Amino acid sequence: MMAGAPLFLILLPLIPAIISFSLPERLAVWRNAVNLLFALVKVGIVADLLRQVRGGVDLEWRYTFLPGHDFLLRVDTLALLFVSLSVFLWLITTVYAIAYFGRGPNLSRFFGFFNLCVLSATGVALSGTAITFFLFYELLTLATWPLVVHNGDEKSLRAGRIYLAYTLAGSAAFLVGILWLKTLVGSVEFTAPPDLSAVPPLTLTLIFVLCVGGLGVKAALVPLHAWLPAAMAAPAPVSALLHAVAVVKAGAFGIVRMIYDVYGIGTVAELGLGTPLAALASVTILYGSLRAVMQADIKKRLAYSTVSQVSYILLGASLIGPFAVIGGLVHLVHQGIMKITLFMCAGALSNRLGIKAVADLDGAGRLMPVTMGAFTIGALGMIGVPPVAGFISKWYLGIGGLQSGAPWVVAVMAGSSLLNAAYFLPMLYRAWLLPPPERAGFRELGTSRDRMLILPAVVTAAAALAAGVFASSAVSPLTWAKLIAERGYLE
Amino acid sequence: MSPLDLLVAAPLAFMVAALVLGQGGRWLILAAGPVMLGLSAWLLALPPDAAHLVGNWDLPLGILLRADGVARLLVPATCVCFVAVALYAWPEFSPKAGRETARAHTFWPMLYLMWGGSNAGYLTTDLFNLYVTIEMVSLAAVALAAMGSLAAGLQYFMIALVGSLAYLLGVALLAGHYDTVDATLLAVRARPDLPTVLALAVMTAGLLVKAALFPLHGWLPPAHAAAPAPASALLSAIVVKLGFVIILRLWFEAFAEVVRPAAIHLLGGMGALAVIYGSIQAIRQERLKPLVAYSTVAQLGYLFLAFPLIWNARIPGEPWAAVLVHAVAHMLAKAAMFLAAGLMLKAVAGDRISDLGGLARAMPLSVTAFALAAISLMGLPPSGGFTAKFLLLHAAIEQGQVIYAGVLVIGGLLGAAYLFRPLSVAFGASAAPVVRAEGALRVAAPLTLAALAIALGFAGMTLIELSSIGAPPAIALPLAEEPGP
Repeated sequence: MMAGAPLFLILLPLIPAIISFSLPERLAVWRNAVNLLFALVKVGIVADLLRQVRGGVDLEWRYTFLPGHDFLLRVDTLALLFVSLSVFLWLITTVYAIAYFGRGPNLSRFFGFFNLCVLSATGVALSGTAITFFLFYELLTLATWPLVVHNGDEKSLRAGRIYLAYTLAGSAAFLVGILWLKTLVGSVEFTAPPDLSAVPPLTLTLIFVLCVGGLGVKAALVPLHAWLPAAMAAPAPVSALLHAVAVVKAGAFGIVRMIYDVYGIGTVAELGLGTPLAALASVTILYGSLRAVMQADIKKRLAYSTVSQVSYILLGASLIGPFAVIGGLVHLVHQGIMKITLFMCAGALSNRLGIKAVADLDGAGRLMPVTMGAFTIGALGMIGVPPVAGFISKWYLGIGGLQSGAPWVVAVMAGSSLLNAAYFLPMLYRAWLLPPPERAGFRELGTSRDRMLILPAVVTAAAALAAGVFASSAVSPLTWAKLIAERGYLE
Repeated sequence: MSPLDLLVAAPLAFMVAALVLGQGGRWLILAAGPVMLGLSAWLLALPPDAAHLVGNWDLPLGILLRADGVARLLVPATCVCFVAVALYAWPEFSPKAGRETARAHTFWPMLYLMWGGSNAGYLTTDLFNLYVTIEMVSLAAVALAAMGSLAAGLQYFMIALVGSLAYLLGVALLAGHYDTVDATLLAVRARPDLPTVLALAVMTAGLLVKAALFPLHGWLPPAHAAAPAPASALLSAIVVKLGFVIILRLWFEAFAEVVRPAAIHLLGGMGALAVIYGSIQAIRQERLKPLVAYSTVAQLGYLFLAFPLIWNARIPGEPWAAVLVHAVAHMLAKAAMFLAAGLMLKAVAGDRISDLGGLARAMPLSVTAFALAAISLMGLPPSGGFTAKFLLLHAAIEQGQVIYAGVLVIGGLLGAAYLFRPLSVAFGASAAPVVRAEGALRVAAPLTLAALAIALGFAGMTLIELSSIGAPPAIALPLAEEPGP
């Protein structure tokens, strides 16, 4: 494939975006077809890229957009980890969203911006310089805002305001950080980490705080997380994809880049920045879980669970040891698959049975066994029950903690797992063991639309199970995470 | 014949024709549009050192027209704005039943007068000639402002007059002192003595009034908010830029050797305050057009905030380019925003931000134009506004100018705060108002302008190259022998 492949991959969603924006609501069938087609094409392209990059092919596309600032797209192993996660889940969510919304107002707009989000998330993944990353990171904010306020009610608009206030301020801090670094050491390219030896440690620390603080907003690092639970006012497909995957992962991914590809683990260790970040991530893990226990609303509970789970990635990255890195990176994928399952199930429950609160879950398992089955797999995975994928992440993180001389990580893992159990098990108990309210003639998979709504969650639940059971196979996320660690970070 | 002559002469010819044709003046844009766009393209294609002596009289007697970077960026941008605004204004200023015909009579000649005046202002190096162009533009601007509110127009008139007189006083001082008022000759002859400093001070003060720099901005919001949408677009996009460009030429070309750091930081400080003050005022507005007008006050602040950054830069060409790109991006985006706001407010027959509920659904194209313009004004990527602020922020950080860097960052966030407010209401689901179909041509105008403001974000290198053409020596070379950080 040619060098323009990364650019092509990023710009591809522009076509369905433009088509979606311009098609009127009555041609919804065509719009849906176009969206599905392009999501499929993207999966195909990424599958091919995975094969090539494993074979050692290096693809990059460079363009100087301002003097000394290169716009660089690069397909490396870490980029592909994020890209393959997002294109796979995008396809799934497209199916889900079509079924979830059916025919409603403003859907042309929804799918238009949805595609712009794909574009931005892919761009975030493939960025080869800090400034390129910033451009797509900011674009992601702009493209997601219309989705957050999609419902248009006062609650959504408020969520949109909070979202912008947090994320725009965060990216401003990040921009100042990378520009400051640029003026000190020249262009910041991920494959060629800058030479930081001449920069005073205090300055480096400040820049690190600015960048990680800015990125930490999207990664929902405590105390910068408040936008995420608020953004649950958005429709379920948005919560599922954006808040479980695209947006929070963009933040976490950026922090991984900062630690490994900009500063380098040597410098981070020298400056003593790893431990405070790991501590902050641990606080976030425990705090998010605690808050999740207290939530009565299912989506809110899941949102706080996301706050907690995303920080596993940061914990893994900041511990700076081979197992911890692998655990963090593989959790990037595992958390995405499991959390999207949970959100899609939550959306299906509210869509079909009107269930929004935990207290309404009584007997949901009997009414919607397929949905609750998928939900159960996702929940068990979050708790860390083997053989679901979440167990693999926690296993590697725990060992990584021991390896890096931070045995307290094991305690954090255990505490968090207990808390996860404390907020997931009561939901499962209600759903499976309590009697359902009377619902005459209710059929879970009655229409084809119902099947489109529920089967995506089954697919992702199966994927979460497979990622755990077949973790040692050649195509598992774990194997890929090991490949990344081998190629880049453990020399 | 040279395009430099024609860029000034053609609009004036169209003005005369518009006066003759009266209400039929609106048809002229069909000829003026292609002619002026063609001349702008010709200007861009001229060799780098292109200049033209009007009537072949040598300096200091003659008048020099010059195609430098400033002109190459601002003349075409001005041209695009005028064409778009004219097409948008067509149905509004035509003799339909029930309309005031006086407006249809006056709008078109004033438009061409302003066009000729701005072009002359960007092309000429003669300070007296610049005085004439200021008066041409001010005259047209006052007439347009008076269309909305006579009181605001009169206030504007008085203030514009004071500004012009101050400028003229400075020109007279210089003429007596140096026997020339040509900027290129003054650049060689200027000495930092009292008359020169005094002249520069009064000229700058007069021009700052015209450029509406805080705290001399008071006349702008009422005038810009009250005028009809096309007039507001011209006032905010075009008129205020001329004062800025002349100050830029005075400070970095004619008197580069006279200017002192304290003065340049005074100007930069006023710019910084303008950014903060204008943004906060914009946040406080309940009506849409005053919000957009205060946004102009804030955005003009960036133009002057850039002065110390250019002055101290290791590579002055970058902030120099940034300030020009900002001027162009603001021109396009602000014109687009006023035009889009005009369509939106007309559709809901209100003027408050809260009236815009549900408009994103009812008139998606107008809201898109507004949103794209907003992205450029907030300085978010990809857009001309981003390119400009990015380069300025880079320069500020490089120079360790913490305050200016802080204002750039905070100004961007405040910009998002006031610009997302109307957008947020428009995306709200309060019963979507039933609106008449938007006229295709009228929506196309703001949409094209806003799209161009975004497109500038992809042409950073080209814009920097253009801006460096014929740049004053102070810009081409590092001003002070300061070592890099």
